[in-house]
Amino acid sequence: MLAVLTTRVRLEERLLLDALERRAVPHEVVDDRSLVVELQSGTPTRYTGVFNRIMSHTRSVYSAHLFEASGHRVVNSSHVIELCGDKILTSLALVRAGLPTPRTVVSVTPDAALRAVETVGYPAVVKPAVGSWGRLLSKINDRDAAETVIEHKQAMRSPAHSVFYVQELVDKPARDIRAIVLGDRVVAAVYRRSEHWITNTARGATTEPCALDPDLVDLALRAAKAVGGGMLAVDLIERSTGELLVTEVNHTMEFHGLAAVADVDIADLIVDHLEEVLFR
Amino acid sequence: MSTAVLSTCPDCTDSVPVPAGTRVSSIVVCPACKVELEVISLEPAEFALAPEIEEDFGE
Repeated sequence: MLAVLTTRVRLEERLLLDALERRAVPHEVVDDRSLVVELQSGTPTRYTGVFNRIMSHTRSVYSAHLFEASGHRVVNSSHVIELCGDKILTSLALVRAGLPTPRTVVSVTPDAALRAVETVGYPAVVKPAVGSWGRLLSKINDRDAAETVIEHKQAMRSPAHSVFYVQELVDKPARDIRAIVLGDRVVAAVYRRSEHWITNTARGATTEPCALDPDLVDLALRAAKAVGGGMLAVDLIERSTGELLVTEVNHTMEFHGLAAVADVDIADLIVDHLEEVLFR
Repeated sequence: MSTAVLSTCPDCTDSVPVPAGTRVSSIVVCPACKVELEVISLEPAEFALAPEIEEDFGE
C-alpha cells in the first residue's frame, strides 16, 4: 500500500490520484493534518512507499523524516526536500556542482543586507529563502528601494525574513523554462511566459511547449543530481545571450500549466516513476 | 468521487455546487460570497472554511 501524503487536493493531486486509481495501484491518502507519530514505535501504519505531496515546506520535511525513521522510502527524500525547499541551500548545491546560476549573495542579518544588495548591484532581486509562488519577491532598482525593503523585512521580526537572499536581475526574454525530471530522464518542459518580471503560473504566467534540446536536458539533469535527484521540476532562465541558468529546483512540483500544453501525461509518468523506485 | 451535487456554504449559507470528480480536501469557491471552502466529506457534500495558505506553502 502506497501512502500519498497531502495537504490539499489540488489539480495535481487529483490527476495523480486518478492515475493511481486507473492503474489499480493500492494507495491511501494521508492528510498531513491527521499525522501523529510516536518516535519510539514509528508510524502507525506500514506502507510499501510514501509519496509526499505536502504543501508546507516545514510539514513536508518533518513528515519525510518521520516516515524515513520508520524504515519507509519517501519520494522525494527528506534530504532533497530540505535542499530544494530552501533557496540558499539549493543555490549552494548548484554552485557546488559547478552549474550556471544567477549571481547570488546572502547576508544573514538585516545589518549586512544593504551591502549584500550593493554587491549584486542594481537592479537586484530579494527573495525569501523559504517560499514559493513568487510571493514576497522584491525587485530593487536603487538604494532607496533597498533601504525600504530591508526596513520592512526587519519590521516583520521573523528570523526567516532577517536572512537576505539577493540575486542579480537577469535580462530574460519575458519567459522562463520549467523542466520535469523523473529520475534520470527529462520528460517534458514548458516555457512560462509573462510580461511581469515574475514568470510564475501562480502569478498568471501562461505556458507553451518547450523543445527538449540537449543543453536543456543536460542542465536539468545535472541540477536534479546536484540536489540529490528524484522527482523534480527544474526552473531555468535564459540570458539575452542565450546562456541558460538554473534558478530553482522544486521538490513537490506543480504541473497544472505544463499539463495544459504537454503532449505527455505527466501524472501517468510520475506514477510510472513511483512504481519503478518504490515497488521494483 | 461524486456526481454534481449541491450543499451549503458555512459562511453565507448559499448553495455551492460540487463538480464531478471532486475529492475530500479539494478546495471549491462559494459562488455567492467567494470564500474558499474545503470539501470535508462527500455524499453528502460538506464544507469547512479552507485553511489559510501559510508562509511556507508552495512547491
